[in-house]
Amino acid sequence: MGHSHGPAYLAHHFETPKQQFESAKLGMWAFLSQEILFFSGLFVAYGIFRTWYPESFSVGSHLLNWKMGAINTAVLLGSSFTAAMAVQSAQKGDKGKTASYLIVTFLCAAGFMVVKYFEYSHKWHVGTLPGQYFGCPGFDCSNGPTLEFAEEMSTAIGNSYENFGANMVPYHLRTFFGIYFIMTGLHGVHVLIGMGLILWMLKRNASNEFSAEFYTPVDLFALYWHLVDLVWIFLFPLLYLID
Amino acid sequence: MTVEAEVPHTSDTASQGEPENYLTHETGLTSWLITVDHKRIGLMYLMSVIFAFAFGGAFALLLRTELATQGQTLMEADTYNQVFTLHGAIMVFLFIIPSIPGALGNFFLPIMLGAKDVAFPKLNLASFWIYVLGSIFAVLAIVLGHVDTGWTFYTPYSVGRNVTGGDQAVLWMTTAVFITGFSSILTGVNFIATVHKMRAPGLHWKRLPLFIWGVYATAVIQVLATPVLAITVLLLFMEKTMSVGIFDPQLGGDPVLFQHFFWFYSHPAVYIMILPGMAVVNELIATFSKRKIFGYMFVAMSSISLALLSFVVWGHHMFTSGMSEYGTMVFSALTFLVAIPSGVKIFNWIATLYEGSVSFESPMLYGLAFLVLFTIGGLTGLFLGVLSVDVYLHDTYFVVAHFHYTMMGGTVMGFLGGLHYWWPKMTGKMYSETLARIAFGFVFVGFNVTFISQFIMGSQGMPRRYYDYLDQFQPFHMTSTGGAYLLGIGFTIMAIMLVKSLRSGEKAPPNPWGSASYEWMTTTPPHPHNFAETPIIERGPYDYHLCSEEELWTGFPEDFKKGSEA
Ligand SMILES: [Cu+2]
Repeated sequence: MGHSHGPAYLAHHFETPKQQFESAKLGMWAFLSQEILFFSGLFVAYGIFRTWYPESFSVGSHLLNWKMGAINTAVLLGSSFTAAMAVQSAQKGDKGKTASYLIVTFLCAAGFMVVKYFEYSHKWHVGTLPGQYFGCPGFDCSNGPTLEFAEEMSTAIGNSYENFGANMVPYHLRTFFGIYFIMTGLHGVHVLIGMGLILWMLKRNASNEFSAEFYTPVDLFALYWHLVDLVWIFLFPLLYLID
Repeated sequence: MTVEAEVPHTSDTASQGEPENYLTHETGLTSWLITVDHKRIGLMYLMSVIFAFAFGGAFALLLRTELATQGQTLMEADTYNQVFTLHGAIMVFLFIIPSIPGALGNFFLPIMLGAKDVAFPKLNLASFWIYVLGSIFAVLAIVLGHVDTGWTFYTPYSVGRNVTGGDQAVLWMTTAVFITGFSSILTGVNFIATVHKMRAPGLHWKRLPLFIWGVYATAVIQVLATPVLAITVLLLFMEKTMSVGIFDPQLGGDPVLFQHFFWFYSHPAVYIMILPGMAVVNELIATFSKRKIFGYMFVAMSSISLALLSFVVWGHHMFTSGMSEYGTMVFSALTFLVAIPSGVKIFNWIATLYEGSVSFESPMLYGLAFLVLFTIGGLTGLFLGVLSVDVYLHDTYFVVAHFHYTMMGGTVMGFLGGLHYWWPKMTGKMYSETLARIAFGFVFVGFNVTFISQFIMGSQGMPRRYYDYLDQFQPFHMTSTGGAYLLGIGFTIMAIMLVKSLRSGEKAPPNPWGSASYEWMTTTPPHPHNFAETPIIERGPYDYHLCSEEELWTGFPEDFKKGSEA
C-alpha cells in the first residue's frame, strides 16, 4: 500500500513486525492442528480395522519393505534437523548457510520420494494394491495374480511355497492396502508440497528477502516440515513394524 | 473511542464531499475479483451465499409442492430423492456454513477489532475462491445428475454398488464437500489469528463484542472438525472407486463407522452454523435494548463451552444405529449438557431485554424471532436426546422440524437480522422499513406454519424423506406446503426491498441505530482501511452509559453539529 509505515517486509495491515510474526506463527499452529485432526481420522480407521482383522494387518506388514521404511525414517529425521538449522541460519541472517541447509532438506525430501517411488512401483508391479485391485498387477484384473504375487504372499504368511494356496491369503489385505496407500499417499503429498515450499524459500532467500529481522516464512516452513516428519514417525511403526 | 474526535472526516465531509470509502476506493471488475480487502471479500461471500440460499430455497419449494398431495404431484419419486438431497446439501455446505462467518464475519470482524484487515488477507481471498471452486463441483454434480443419498451420504447406500447410475455424481458432490471444507478451515485459521493478534490498543478480551466471541468459537470448530469431514469423504471416495472395505459391510467394512466419522464433523458443524447466529443476536439485543448484555462473561464463555461440548456429543445421531447401550447412555447424558450454555445465553438475553429500552426495528424483530424459535428448536432437541423417546421419533418429521427450528429459526433468523442490521453500514443505503416488516411477517408466520405442522405429523409417526404418505397426514402436509409458499413470498419481498435499497435507498448515516458498538464508529460505507487511524478503545462495546451523545447520534454528523450549535 502507498503509505510507508516501517520496513518493506511489513504488510500494510500490521502495526509492527512483532505483530506480523506472531500472527503468522499462530496461524501456522492453527493450521497444523487442522493437519493433526486430518490424519487422526486415518489413525482411527487404522486402529479399528487392525483390531478387527489382526491377521490381515500382520501379513500386510510383512508385505511392506521395512528396510526401505527405515531408510526413509532416517532420511526424514535428518531433514527435520537440517530444516531446524536452516531456521537458525536465517535468524542469524546467514544467507549462504540458509540456502545450503534448505538444499540439503530438499535433497532428503527428494530421496524420501524416490524410495517411496520404488516401494509403490513394486506394489504396482506385484499387485499388492488396495481394494478390488488387490492381486491385480498394474491395476489390471483380467489376468489374475502372478507367480511373483504368490511368492510374496507365501513368504509373508510364513508358509512354504509348495503348500501355498490362494485361500490362505487373508481377505482384508484389500483393506490394509487401502489404508496403507491413503495414509502414505497423503503423507507423500505433504512431502511434495513441502518440496515446493523449499524451492519457494530458496528463491526468496536468493532475492535477499530474509534477514535477522525477518525470517518468518522459513520458520513456518520448518514447523510444517516437523509435522510431516512427525506423522511419518507414527506411520512407520504402525504400518511396517507391528506384527 | 477517542479516535473519532481526532479524525477530521466529521467536520470535513460537508466541505470536501464524500470521505473515501471501500466501495469507491478502487473500481473495475478485477479490483473486486482479486481484492484482499476483507470488506469486499465479505460482500462477494454475501452475494454467493444469497445465491446459494435462493437455489436451496427453490429446491425446498419444489419438494414441498411435491408433498402437498398424496402420490405424484409434480415429479417422480426418483427426482424427489434428488431434490431433497440437493436442498440439504446446498443449504448446509454452500449456504449456512459460509453464511455468517464468510459474509458478515469477514466484513465486521476486523472492523470490530479496530484492525485494518484480517491477519492473512491473501489467504482470505484464496478461501473465497476455494469456496467458489467447491460450488462449481456441486453444480457439476447437479448437472451430471442423480445425487439421491441425502446430504449425509450414508453408506452403504452412497457407495451405490446396487444402484445403477449415479455413482459419478456422488463423487462430484463429495469432492465439492471436500473443497468447500478447506475454504471453511482457512477462514477459521484466519479468524483465530486475527482475534488473537489484531486487536486495537485497549481492546482486551473483556471488551470484545460478543459477535467476535461467537465467531471465534466457530473458528475453533471450523479448524478442528472440518478436517475429519475431509478424511471421511476421502475414504468414501476410495470405498466407492476401489472397494477397499472400510465402510461397505459386504466387504467387511462398517457403515456405522461412517456415521461416527460423519457426525464427528457434522455435529460440531451444527455449532459452526448456530454459534454465528447467536453471535449476531448479541449485537441486535444490545443495540435495540440500549443496554449492556447481561452477564457478558457468561455469554462469552457459553460460546466457548458450546464449541467444546459440540465435540463430544456426536453419538446422539446413532442411538438407533446399533451403538452399544453404554455408549448411547454416555452420549445422551453429554447431549443434555448442551442445554446449559444454550440456556445461559437465552436467559441472559431475556435479562438484557428486561428494563432495557427496547425498540422494534426490523433487525430486532429477527433477533426476537431467534429467541422464540431457537428456544423451541433447542427444547425439542432434548426430546430427541432422551434414549427411549428417540427410538420413536428418530427419522420422523419431528427431527426435520427440530433442526429447521434451530438452523432456520436460529441461524437464518440471525443471518437475516445481521443482514438488515449491518446493511446500511455495508452499502451506505437505508432500506424500506415498511417492506422489511411485511417481509418479516411473512417469514415468521410462514416458518411456523411450515414446521409446526411437521412437529405434529412427526410425533404421529410420519417418516422423513418419504415420497408418499398415509391419508391421515394429508392436512399437515398441505399446511406445511402453504407455509413454505408464505416463506417464498416473504423472501421475494425481502429481495425486492434490498434491490430497491441499492438502487434508490436513502443515504445511510454512520450509526442509524444509535449503537455503542465499535463498527458503527467509522464512516459509512467504511474507510478502505476501516478507520482512518487505528482506534484506541477506552470502553466496552455495550457501555451506553460511557458514550457521548455524539457517538450515539443516529443522524448525519454535520446535523449533530448544527443541532448542538443551535
Ligand atoms: Cu448432533
